Amino acid sequence: MQLEPIISANWKLDNSFSLETYEGQGGYQALRKALGMEKDTIVDEVKKSNLRGRGGAGFPTGLKWSFLPRESDVPKYLVVNADEGEPGTWKDRWIMELDPHRLIEGCLITAHTLNLRATYIYIRGEMRLGAERLEQAIREAYAKGYAGENVMGSGMTHDIYVHRGAGAYICGEETALIESLEGKAGQPRLKPPFPAVVGVFGCPTVVNNVETIAWVPTIIERGGEWFAAAGSERNGGPKLVQIAGQVKNPGVYEAPNGISLRDAIFSPEFGGGMRDGKEIKAVVPGGLSCPLLLPEELDVGMDFDQMAAAGTMAGTGGIMVIDQDTCMVRMAARTAHFYAHESCGQCTPCREGTGWVARIIDKIEAGLGEESDLQLLLDICDNVQGNTICPLGDAMAMPIRSYVQKFEEEFRRHIEEGCCSYPEW
Amino acid sequence: MTSEVTTPVQKVEFSAEAEATYQDILRRYPTTRAALLPVLFLAQEQFGYLSVDVMNYVAERMDLPPSKVLQVATFYTMFKKRPSGEYHIEVCTSVPCCMMGGYNIVRLIEQKLGIKCGETTADRRFSLAQSECLAACGNGPVMQVDSIYYERLTPELIDEILEHLP
Repeated sequence: MQLEPIISANWKLDNSFSLETYEGQGGYQALRKALGMEKDTIVDEVKKSNLRGRGGAGFPTGLKWSFLPRESDVPKYLVVNADEGEPGTWKDRWIMELDPHRLIEGCLITAHTLNLRATYIYIRGEMRLGAERLEQAIREAYAKGYAGENVMGSGMTHDIYVHRGAGAYICGEETALIESLEGKAGQPRLKPPFPAVVGVFGCPTVVNNVETIAWVPTIIERGGEWFAAAGSERNGGPKLVQIAGQVKNPGVYEAPNGISLRDAIFSPEFGGGMRDGKEIKAVVPGGLSCPLLLPEELDVGMDFDQMAAAGTMAGTGGIMVIDQDTCMVRMAARTAHFYAHESCGQCTPCREGTGWVARIIDKIEAGLGEESDLQLLLDICDNVQGNTICPLGDAMAMPIRSYVQKFEEEFRRHIEEGCCSYPEW
Repeated sequence: MTSEVTTPVQKVEFSAEAEATYQDILRRYPTTRAALLPVLFLAQEQFGYLSVDVMNYVAERMDLPPSKVLQVATFYTMFKKRPSGEYHIEVCTSVPCCMMGGYNIVRLIEQKLGIKCGETTADRRFSLAQSECLAACGNGPVMQVDSIYYERLTPELIDEILEHLP
């Protein structure tokens, strides 16, 4: 078990979000160190660290950075994806509200490493406190000479801006986010070109998640090898795990990468097991878009590779624990409605498929389902997945398929009995 | 563009303070258009909601086609196209909050205020909506009143919150 908190170490301190507190804990020393390091060395350290994108996709951060052209006639940008919207996920909000300087220090180190002109932190519009804390932290950093012109006397100029989203889950997808940052509706772009080549304002752009960037100071401070060793194979570092649902101690926990899902849910220092003496029925392991796991499938490490091998995804590390009294048809319906609501409408399979699936499951939940609906649901999922510009359609199809397949009997019972026998929500 | 709701005649123009903020926002981006989301927030703050007149004003100020402004204003859920109550309540009914009783909270508030989701009380004090995940999943059920979080909601807490709003 990870005993020493790092990324969450400051959360319980008074005024944890202030520059004074952050510097009192050694904050901005990593930036000072990085400014004296060769840029290629930093990229190598990040590659060695096995840090992978903590927004859910798990792409190796060092590799992503190396795609950015070294020389560019136009400015290069960092865009921090703070549009945390995946149900079951709220770690980035905590970082921004409780320790915004850690994110800002990470941005500045990244900017130095990749010669970036400015950072735009694209934060969910709903997170007003997070945006205010970031704005305040940025003002403090400018006043201290850590951001703006001639950062720490190094000659580097870097501006940091907070950009608020306005309520659209799809803007968590990096190209939709870029469209939105350019003042448009958040509809994903075709790739290629990738943002590293043509990103925001037509310029090379690196898009990283909040937690990903917030780990960069630690990698500078302790080295890539240390970070890699603190994780599991090919999955560097500790990670933030969120546990929601019907457990005793829901919350955000800093845990070793690769911690078993069962330990995260049941051990007393994390989820603490089921509340009210209930039995566990299923787990959504990494945010709403991840296929379900059954109670007998929980002995799997929560890193990107082990979870993929188990037929699901580590995603954002947002675990939702479901107890015996929860209707899985209703859970599936609510899941499908989320994606139907959030589909941007650009691609037909997603626009039509998400709503169609939601309506069929509503019908089954209402006791009006037909035998043929189960196969129809699977067929629609097959026709949505992989047939759209971005993965939002996949994010509906993957969990819904797992609900129908793993809880087929429960779906059938709704159809045969013509009703739902679970207590009302 | 024709307006769906009758808007009281008001001169649509940024206040001196909003004008200063507007100029400041423009400086943050290499293109004018990129400032559209923050400018719409600014306009919404001053005018209460984005009427067609307000959207047209923003389009004119930013030298954008009104259709582009309308497209953006209607794409994002936080831009209000109708007046809302003095307090705008959003209850999270995404999956993690549903599991913790989010719908109970919705029903309770609907009953207390005598309105349904999507409606505003007759005295225009409260409007109510369901929202998707508000990123507070460990503390469900959750709601926001004008972007302020209220977590681990219970019926007693709802009474207290609604009665103590200024």
